[in-house]
Amino acid sequence: MSAVTTADAPIVPQLRQNLTTARLPKWAPAGVAVLSVALGCAIGAGAGLASHIQWGLIAGLLFLAISYGLSAWVEGRRQAKDRFATSLVWVAFVIAVVPLISLTVYTVQQGAGVVDGNFLSHSMRNVIQSGPGGGIYHALIGTLEQVGLATAMAAPVGLMTAVYLVEYGRGRLAKVVTFFVDVMTGIPSIVAGLFVLSVWNILLGFAFSGFSGSLALAILMMPVVVRSTEEMLKLVPNELREASYALGVPKWKTILRIVLPTAIGGITTGVMLAVARIAGETAPVLMLVFGADAINTDPFNGPQQSLPLFIWQQYASVNNSFGYARAWGAALVLIAFVMGLNLIARGIARWRSPKAGH
Amino acid sequence: MAKRIDVSGLSAYYGSTKAIEDISMTVEPRSVTAFIGPSGCGKSTFLRTLNRMHEVIPGARVEGKVMLDDENLYGSAVDPVAVRRTVGMVFQRPNPFPTMSIFDNVAAGLRLAGVKKKSVLEGVVEKSLKGANLWNEVKDRLNKPGAGLSGGQQQRLCIARAIAVEPQVLLMDEPCSALDPISTLAIEDLIGELKSQFTIVIVTHNMQQAARVSDRTAFFNLAGVGQPGKLVELDDTQRIFSNPSVQATEDYISGRFG
Amino acid sequence: MTSSPPAESEGRVRRSRSDSRRGDSIFFNLSRGSGILLLVIMAAIAGFLAYRSWLAISKDQANFLTTFEWTPDAAKPVFGIAVLAFGTVVSAVIAMAIAVPVAIGIALFISHYAPRRIAQPFAYLVDLLAAVPSIVYGLWGALFLVPHMAGLTAWMDQYLGWTFVFKQTQLGVTPRNLFTVGVLLAIMILPIITAVTREVFRQVPRAHEEAALALGATRWEMIRTAVLPFGRPGIISASMLGLGRALGETIAVATVLSTSSVLSLHVLDLGGGTFAQNIALKFGEAMPFGRDALMASGLVLFVITLLVNGAARLIIARRKEYSGANA
Repeated sequence: MSAVTTADAPIVPQLRQNLTTARLPKWAPAGVAVLSVALGCAIGAGAGLASHIQWGLIAGLLFLAISYGLSAWVEGRRQAKDRFATSLVWVAFVIAVVPLISLTVYTVQQGAGVVDGNFLSHSMRNVIQSGPGGGIYHALIGTLEQVGLATAMAAPVGLMTAVYLVEYGRGRLAKVVTFFVDVMTGIPSIVAGLFVLSVWNILLGFAFSGFSGSLALAILMMPVVVRSTEEMLKLVPNELREASYALGVPKWKTILRIVLPTAIGGITTGVMLAVARIAGETAPVLMLVFGADAINTDPFNGPQQSLPLFIWQQYASVNNSFGYARAWGAALVLIAFVMGLNLIARGIARWRSPKAGH
Repeated sequence: MAKRIDVSGLSAYYGSTKAIEDISMTVEPRSVTAFIGPSGCGKSTFLRTLNRMHEVIPGARVEGKVMLDDENLYGSAVDPVAVRRTVGMVFQRPNPFPTMSIFDNVAAGLRLAGVKKKSVLEGVVEKSLKGANLWNEVKDRLNKPGAGLSGGQQQRLCIARAIAVEPQVLLMDEPCSALDPISTLAIEDLIGELKSQFTIVIVTHNMQQAARVSDRTAFFNLAGVGQPGKLVELDDTQRIFSNPSVQATEDYISGRFG
Repeated sequence: MTSSPPAESEGRVRRSRSDSRRGDSIFFNLSRGSGILLLVIMAAIAGFLAYRSWLAISKDQANFLTTFEWTPDAAKPVFGIAVLAFGTVVSAVIAMAIAVPVAIGIALFISHYAPRRIAQPFAYLVDLLAAVPSIVYGLWGALFLVPHMAGLTAWMDQYLGWTFVFKQTQLGVTPRNLFTVGVLLAIMILPIITAVTREVFRQVPRAHEEAALALGATRWEMIRTAVLPFGRPGIISASMLGLGRALGETIAVATVLSTSSVLSLHVLDLGGGTFAQNIALKFGEAMPFGRDALMASGLVLFVITLLVNGAARLIIARRKEYSGANA
């Protein structure tokens, strides 16, 4: 104890500090931001820079530099570093928001004029590709069927795997399955496409069809379903299972009647999010579905169309303003579909979370 | 290095809820002041207003004055970061930084202040660990993670970390509530030694502890159900425990409620 | 119950028990079978790709790893992955260099900086954007981003041209180059990296943050002493997940990049390619042998993403144990 000095002056000079320090007013960050944006625009316009990305970059750099400089001058180095970090975080926020808003606004802008009743109810049959007109009806049908088939295959397998991992899984096999499910989530979609191609189409000799696309989509969907279902089953309280066992109900009936119904909201959410994800997959569909201009309602025979593939073909093969317009129209429909699924899924999750109980 | 704290008319809020109302008191330098009272009476909230830790909770704010000698902690030009350096704090659960070694934990505050010189750091770390009665137990494993120590050792490590930056005041928020009796005794002994250098304020649930370690005791209570907490009385510990001037204090101390 | 003879009641119990046992074993085997099916699919993917790749590589007239050209269907098949591997790695590196710092910033914004009224809806928005299909990013990238990158490209050439990497040797071309691809990939993987990082930052115990603040740390110093060290494994694994996505992205690259079999170290010049994009573009016109060659490149991509994702998962798993021990 004797080592601690009782002198009032600290031995370490850095620790001597007054409580009151010069501080920038509260509106300073906002003021600097406005000033930087104004300067950025002025410099950008003055130097005749064509791209607004440059304007933004100038403004951002100015904002960081002025915040740091001003704060270092008035408040000292430590405060300046803190202000600099805060400014960086806000700039990151803006960097994230700008492209995302641009993407949404641009898609709606370009697509809204294209999407109408005719666009949604007609195919591209007998439509000159390089000209106007035509629609995405055939692509909608194709996407719905392919995604539906993929879900019908992937959801049960994914669900049962999750049941195995949560309800039965101890030991080596469960660990291996968990690891590979995680790894499988990261398989590039084009690799899944190549795999189905090599087995289903080359080895077994089936022709391109909506169904071969579904096979690849199912492979991509399974691990996502397993992961989300697993999380939901883990949320089901053990007391429920034990209460059921105590009544003499066998394990499989407990799972079917008690566990799954309790978690059904979350499981549905997970499946819908997975559906939303595969509905936008382009690469495997491009390889396996082949693409068609006419309506083909049979996913097992003959080439089909799908929304992502339609967008790709209109962009890459048609490659003129009419093609771009149709591509934007289809993109808007696809985004609306995917976002709709997402919102509904999240709505269900909030409405029936197992924690809330009934 | 110890200063007097003079609180006047202090109220603290969480959003629109008033947690404590109109508290005024004086805490003498180089003494131990204990805060006692039933749970939820705002004694921890009040403690956190003394080093401006209250306001780190979103939506929380404070009204009133806290004078440290002759400076108001809530003055407009005051930097809360400097306040927290001057008024150190030890928390309910020991919270050493899990990713840091014992040495780095104690040196953390100095490093933040910009001290880089190894010899200075080593000197202060040794002095602080000795001050926290921990040096002999850890001097051979200063580079091991702080999270590997026992609960009582971790709490003394946190005290060493707090006194390393040479604060004027040391606030302790139920520092022994997560510890076993032997570790508690070690901390209480330590508090007795530290009061020769620091102004110490300790919140405790344990009235025997308050009686053992403190010179003065403040009793807090709720004004009523759903009402903010209030300071009922502050007096010498001996007086509070033998002959309090307010009936509610006596009721609480004799175990009639709380 | 008292009226029923003991023998009968015992028989009922035994029958129902054997029923339940049969039901249990059926259900157990079904669920275990599903798990095994997943493993079989993974093994089959690796197996079939490896087999077809071997068919292709064994007939390759050039070194598969160092050759630039991709002409497997010529009379003398010559193909190699040098350009593709380079393009894949470079575009992914650019994407990571942009996305990881920005994602950490956004995650901190949501968890520690933003007013709560903004943080919650913004986090939700970021999650929704993770669901935007890559073809839409691709379309936006090709028709909106590429024209807007022209000024920036010229700028980088002007001020950073001395670095050689950012030197532009072709002038007056639209910037359909690896750099633009990197920027687009960065935008695409931002949401996933942000989401994982944000969750880790939220899990930082309040006690550690308050410990730092009570020592007199500014907000940034608190983040540096308490939040970032705690979140480091999470940041690394989130970045790896993002990297896996960037490496395997197909269609967004295919829409933006102007490809060639030239390996140029100037990332602002046209040309190059990536594994996934090359497969998507060459697949349509490929002969059966050409397809096998593409599968060989697909196998390389598969192995790379497998390693990256596996590493990310292992880091996450280690982190769980670590945080559990200290909880």
